[in-house]
Amino acid sequence: MKPDKITELHFDHVDKPISSDRRNFLKKLGGGIIVVFSIGELSLLKSWGQNTSEDLLNFNAYLRVKEDGRVDCYTGKIEMGQGVTTSLAQVLAEELEVSVYSIDMIMGDTELCPYDAGTWGSLTTRFTDPVLRAAAAEAREILIDLAAEHFGVSDEMLDVINGTVFVKNDPSKNITYAALTKGKKIVQTLTKKPELKKPKDFKIIGKPVISLDAEAKVTGTAKYSGDIKLPGMVYATVVRPKVFGSKKLQVDSSKLSEFEGVELVEDGNLVAVVHQDPEIANKAANKVKITWEEPVAKADNETIFQFLDKNIKENKVFEEEGNLKAGRDVSETLIEANYFDGYKAHASIETHSATCYFQDDKLTMWASSQTPFGTREQLAKTFDMPLEKVHLKQIFIGGGFGGKIYNQQAIEAAKIAKFSSKPVQLVWSRREEFMYDRFRTAALIKTVSGVDSNGKLKLWEFDIYCAGTRGTKLFYGIPNNRTRIFNDDNVHPFGTGAWRAPGNNSTTFARESHIETTAFATGIDALEFRLDNLKNENMSATLKLAAETFGWERKKQEGHGYGIALGEDAGTTVAIIAEVHVDRTTGKVQPIRVVCAQDMGQLVNPHGAKLQTEGGITMGLGYALYEDIAFNGGRMESRNFKNYEIARFSNTPKIECVFIDNMDSKPQGGGEPAIICVGGAIANAVFDACGARVNRMPVTPQRILEALRHG
Amino acid sequence: MKQSISFKLNHELVSVNVNGEESLLTVIRTYLDKTGTKYGCGLGDCGACTILIDNKPQRSCMILVEDVAGKEILTIEGLSSNGSLHPIQKSFIAHDALQCGFCTPGMIMNAYGLLIGDPNPTREKIISGMEENLCRCGSYNRIVDAIQTAAKEMNKKIKL
Ligand code: FES
Ligand code: FES
Repeated sequence: MKPDKITELHFDHVDKPISSDRRNFLKKLGGGIIVVFSIGELSLLKSWGQNTSEDLLNFNAYLRVKEDGRVDCYTGKIEMGQGVTTSLAQVLAEELEVSVYSIDMIMGDTELCPYDAGTWGSLTTRFTDPVLRAAAAEAREILIDLAAEHFGVSDEMLDVINGTVFVKNDPSKNITYAALTKGKKIVQTLTKKPELKKPKDFKIIGKPVISLDAEAKVTGTAKYSGDIKLPGMVYATVVRPKVFGSKKLQVDSSKLSEFEGVELVEDGNLVAVVHQDPEIANKAANKVKITWEEPVAKADNETIFQFLDKNIKENKVFEEEGNLKAGRDVSETLIEANYFDGYKAHASIETHSATCYFQDDKLTMWASSQTPFGTREQLAKTFDMPLEKVHLKQIFIGGGFGGKIYNQQAIEAAKIAKFSSKPVQLVWSRREEFMYDRFRTAALIKTVSGVDSNGKLKLWEFDIYCAGTRGTKLFYGIPNNRTRIFNDDNVHPFGTGAWRAPGNNSTTFARESHIETTAFATGIDALEFRLDNLKNENMSATLKLAAETFGWERKKQEGHGYGIALGEDAGTTVAIIAEVHVDRTTGKVQPIRVVCAQDMGQLVNPHGAKLQTEGGITMGLGYALYEDIAFNGGRMESRNFKNYEIARFSNTPKIECVFIDNMDSKPQGGGEPAIICVGGAIANAVFDACGARVNRMPVTPQRILEALRHG
Repeated sequence: MKQSISFKLNHELVSVNVNGEESLLTVIRTYLDKTGTKYGCGLGDCGACTILIDNKPQRSCMILVEDVAGKEILTIEGLSSNGSLHPIQKSFIAHDALQCGFCTPGMIMNAYGLLIGDPNPTREKIISGMEENLCRCGSYNRIVDAIQTAAKEMNKKIKL
């Protein structure tokens, strides 16, 4: 993913000016100490997904110490369960020297928060943390200056504990932030690199903190975009074709007269029915008959791999070293295999939703979106409105995983609201979700490896169809290698897009299955083979930690198998070892235990990192073992959770997460990395348990039995 | 056909004037403004809409509102009492048994129903009793732990 290009960005770009509209906005804010901070270059990111925004970046983060002593933190990031509400509050509290519970997070509101390209790519901790820490450190300095003035002493004489400034040798002289802030309004732009705390002085960063939003979520008070109710609001149902990509030819809405109070909305290809009652809107929409021109099906979930192979010819070399022919020549054993992975849905439990209204010439919306600023821009473009006339409000998001980077539902809701001149709520049905999700793309990976008589890898050829190159930079030391990417975004029968660690799930599955197959051919133990061939020390350390924690040498129970997979994502190294049981007569796989070791750099919230890792692994079991979109062209056969199985309670194994201690380094991504290794580890464990090598995900009972039959 | 239907919702008598074939989920969310109960599929597959009807966990998306006339319904909003959280809610927080929180109300209500039926379930019983509730964020293990802790707490209370 492109944002990775800015991994080096840290504190270099602190001097970008604040543009005038932001200045006006700051005037409107109430009193207190306000610190704004800009890192200009972030705005120049060509964002992934559909945000092509070059929005004039003004500042990336700011905070306001209010007159009551509480602190507002403004960030364009959103909360979708990844826990940044908590971890961002932690870093801010750390530098400002206040309690983490005194912070109010204001997130993703396009009028209140600084521009942000979107919440994806495990970037929040990596790039928002330094900004917030700097802003908080600056605010602390201002508050100390004020206190110094108050007591008539120098800054060095003062100390802060929990939002109160003390005179060091006379603690009876103290004053709270609240008192210092009262009646003041100081707006400070950061112009220098502020003094940040050293890791050894951390009190809050690195400590486990339970999700700050948990109470709202267990009481049902947390609001999601389908929970907003506006006066006079109507509910919308869009009339959908059976086949993705169909064109509307003719609309027969004559049956609508059976329903009282319904209204038909027709705007280009969009046809919808609205009513004050969502079920009536639904029923009525079912009675609207549209004649569609359906696209011809070119592939289904079985033929898709051949189709991709045949239709994508263009390729680019991503990485290349040595000489492939020389690699072949020195190899004693050559192993060639193709790996396959079907389309996957994001399948968040919250479907795409949006609630919105127009007032005068302004649009206000709550949307389940990972990209509120991108959505704002899309909406402004759709209606040819200035950006300031579109306001996306803060709201919880019921799971995103990359699927809510795209905001078709927001555009639809706004079009319907405009047409009907009423506030509108649009909540996609599960079936719509299974058609208009931007699925994780199917992938084909052609792999050749060569190994010499000493068990050293000498050759690696990796041709990736559709899965991208994220995480594929070789961390095994192989002198002759080439990785190529074959891609064409328009070849898929329906929309595709980013899915938790895009592409890296498919490529890691292929690489780690193939490494294991190669190790097996040499007769060397899978752990030893990897340690012998790794060139990346971080990765070796991570693998060793996983193996120790797991107990790689432990005797296996009958029918059980162990499998390893390694991977790299968002700056984090991951090693997973899985234990499964396979029933040889039914082919059923029961995951028993998963150990995941990671080097995530600095852990801001070790507890949160654990939650994300456990979640990623659990979600990953789904793609590894069950999930596969069934389709014929644009006709989706997978339409609900009956025919698209995700992981459940009973198939969740015991999960243990361990982290390499690395508090002195920068924090790396945490929401995505762990998931990439699940497919490979499971496939390898299945092979170890029963001898079935399945090169296609999901590793289903049927595929296992087939592999067993053909040996 | 609209009809007046009365039932108890979170210990209070309510009446709605709706088509009896509306789903209970729609009525609770749209007409009674209790949005803690979530729509995840509308097909009985995910459990996000789970509530209690006469102390039994049910999928509110699969229940017609006319069938609950005179019954007692409990949603997530009715679980805490006198401003203090229910032991299951507390234990979900303590175990951080949630991420995005969208499945959480349904999980908690299903767990409550399970514990009413069996105050002392084994881990296996909890897993099988919760099996039809889906969590895409993958909080399953923590949810099981949370339910075990909550069961202990609730039993303590009963004994006192
Ligand atoms: S919404 Fe009722 S089971 Fe999914
Ligand atoms: S917490 Fe997100 S679906 Fe369960």
